[in-house]
Amino acid sequence: MQGQRRVIASVDAAAGRLDLGCGMTVTHAQSLIPDLCVIDATPEDDEAALIRLALWCIKYSPLVTPNPPDGIFIDVAGSAHLFQGEAALIGNLCRRLLAEGITAKAALADTAGSAWALARYGDAQIVSPGRASEAIASLPVASLRLSSATVTSLSEVGIERVAQLASKPRGSLRKRFGAEALLRLDQALGNANEALPSLVPPEVPRAELRFAEPVADPEDLKRIIGKLCDKLCLDLEARGIGARRLDLVFLRVDNIAQAARIGLSRPYREPRHLAKLLAERLVVIDPGFGIETASLTASWVEAVVERQTIGRHVGIDGSQHDVSQLIDTLGVRLGENNVFRLAPVESLLPERVTRRVPALHPAEGLEWPKNLPRPARLFLHPEKIEAVAELPDHPPRLFIWRNARHRVAKADGPERIHGEWWLSDKETALIRDYYRVETADGTRYWLFRDGPTEEGGGWWLHGVGEA
Amino acid sequence: MACASPMSTIAEMRLYLERIDRHGREQGAVLPFGVEAIDRHLPQGGLPQGRLHEAIEGGAASQYAGLATLFTAGILARMQGPVLWCLRGRDLFAPALARVGLHPDRVIFCETWKDRDVLPAMEEGLKCGGLAGVVGEVSRLSLNASRRLQLCAGESGVTALVIRRWRNTTEREAASEPNAAATRWRIAPFPSPASGFDGLPRQQWQLDLLRVRGGEPHSWVLEACDATGHLALPAALAERSVAAGETRRAATG
Repeated sequence: MQGQRRVIASVDAAAGRLDLGCGMTVTHAQSLIPDLCVIDATPEDDEAALIRLALWCIKYSPLVTPNPPDGIFIDVAGSAHLFQGEAALIGNLCRRLLAEGITAKAALADTAGSAWALARYGDAQIVSPGRASEAIASLPVASLRLSSATVTSLSEVGIERVAQLASKPRGSLRKRFGAEALLRLDQALGNANEALPSLVPPEVPRAELRFAEPVADPEDLKRIIGKLCDKLCLDLEARGIGARRLDLVFLRVDNIAQAARIGLSRPYREPRHLAKLLAERLVVIDPGFGIETASLTASWVEAVVERQTIGRHVGIDGSQHDVSQLIDTLGVRLGENNVFRLAPVESLLPERVTRRVPALHPAEGLEWPKNLPRPARLFLHPEKIEAVAELPDHPPRLFIWRNARHRVAKADGPERIHGEWWLSDKETALIRDYYRVETADGTRYWLFRDGPTEEGGGWWLHGVGEA
Repeated sequence: MACASPMSTIAEMRLYLERIDRHGREQGAVLPFGVEAIDRHLPQGGLPQGRLHEAIEGGAASQYAGLATLFTAGILARMQGPVLWCLRGRDLFAPALARVGLHPDRVIFCETWKDRDVLPAMEEGLKCGGLAGVVGEVSRLSLNASRRLQLCAGESGVTALVIRRWRNTTEREAASEPNAAATRWRIAPFPSPASGFDGLPRQQWQLDLLRVRGGEPHSWVLEACDATGHLALPAALAERSVAAGETRRAATG
């Protein structure tokens, strides 16, 4: 309601196609579309729903701020590594939202202001660091989160685009349009800090420390982490749960939050282990002029199955515990996806016979077929070689690889490998004849020919070192 | 008494050092190769566990270290417990490890691209007492880095195995620099005996023990690891006197 008039607050996609828009009066709209379905707006419910959605977004980062009526800020600086980078994170977020039936636009930039602008008015989804000013230059000034009155008065003097606004002298802008326009411009360009109070999820284990004096020394930060972990683990212990994900948030004196997030391979509540992992992520924290408040949240918890302590000499059961700590440490340091096991896949093609599984994936006991001799090193891309064979089905007599001539002394083959024809048409035509060859000095190679020479087939070297 | 005579103090310290030395030597378990010719030659009668061992490959395809990989996997196949394998690239073909007896469920890989990531990852693994061994593929191994690995291995009893990789001649030359490894092996391909039938017999390796603490360098011609990770003397050589197959080498390590 605006005064006495009923105004459209929001339209769905179908109504949008019929040229209905926000701000139109309901009577006007109904005169255009007689059987229009009108539902009363419930701003309170919308805001509650936005906060619920924001809480869900904590899965992507500990720093989430709902921005009513329709936005959510997510600071992914400390957690993008858990999703293999920013692009993958955005993709995952959009896919998940779409699956829930939520139409969302996402943009990622250096500052909350420019991301807000790009999500609503821009095309670019991810703006690389330092390029925010270029990316928003051509957007309308409304993209700076200005009030409609300011936008109107700016357009009266012909300022339509962000670039125009940025090029005007600051003094006169302030006099004429007030501090808001300048502040929003500076926030979007990163010249002014913007404090975003992040959402604190209720009912999750959380430990907090406040300091009388700001803290910035890395050694002190480590001690703080240790204390937070002790506090949090007591809470976890009492609830009988362990943390699968930890969010460390430092609030700086300038009200900017710095966050680090770690994922764990199994639920933990050992303070020393957790503190060690968090300390590894301290590199992403910029303490600035000091830190006033530190909090540690276990944003994903699971029940801990108590294990009987077994001496480590007893065998695998006892050592499992140690190994999972090692996997976490390496995962935090190198990236979770870089610590893995390789499990067999039933496939004909050598490059497809392994798949990565998480390092703590339960042992399946599967193995590859025992009777197939395979090289110890398989080239990611088979290397083209020149080879001479006496007869079409015979192994080569000699081959030239990397400008060196290798005379074949003994050979075995061919072992014919077909493409997996059920996957695609291209695979149907794929046939490789593999040969194991031994050169005069005893070195063994794994070669294949992808078709008879007269049909354009060539020789390739696929691996070395034979089991 | 403020102080004993200097002579007796020194004697005491000597005794103490000897005790430390003996303690370290006795405590470590030893993994025999199961080939009498090798085990007899090694001072401890096998490969001491909880130490750093190094495998270098010789021959035409040495930069891929395929045989050194199999040699290392063969050693681990004969141990119990999980293994941490620190990769430096993506060319390792896991089915080959399984073929020498190292089951895929036992191996945890961590993928890095640089020596300066591999070495700390190895140290982290060596500190973790639950592992059987830690393998690292590195191009440079300085004296200091190798001492650190040796120290970590000694404390936890986890065996450290280094496979030397190189991409260019400078890195290749660096592989012969001295370090603190307890043993250094070189594995090179050896032409397999002519077989009457079509096909390839089990591959033969020339295994050189380039350096061993408290022992002499030596060289053997052996059959490659079998499905349980065991090396074997070639049938033809086993029948003849063992000395014929063994050639004494000058110390190059």
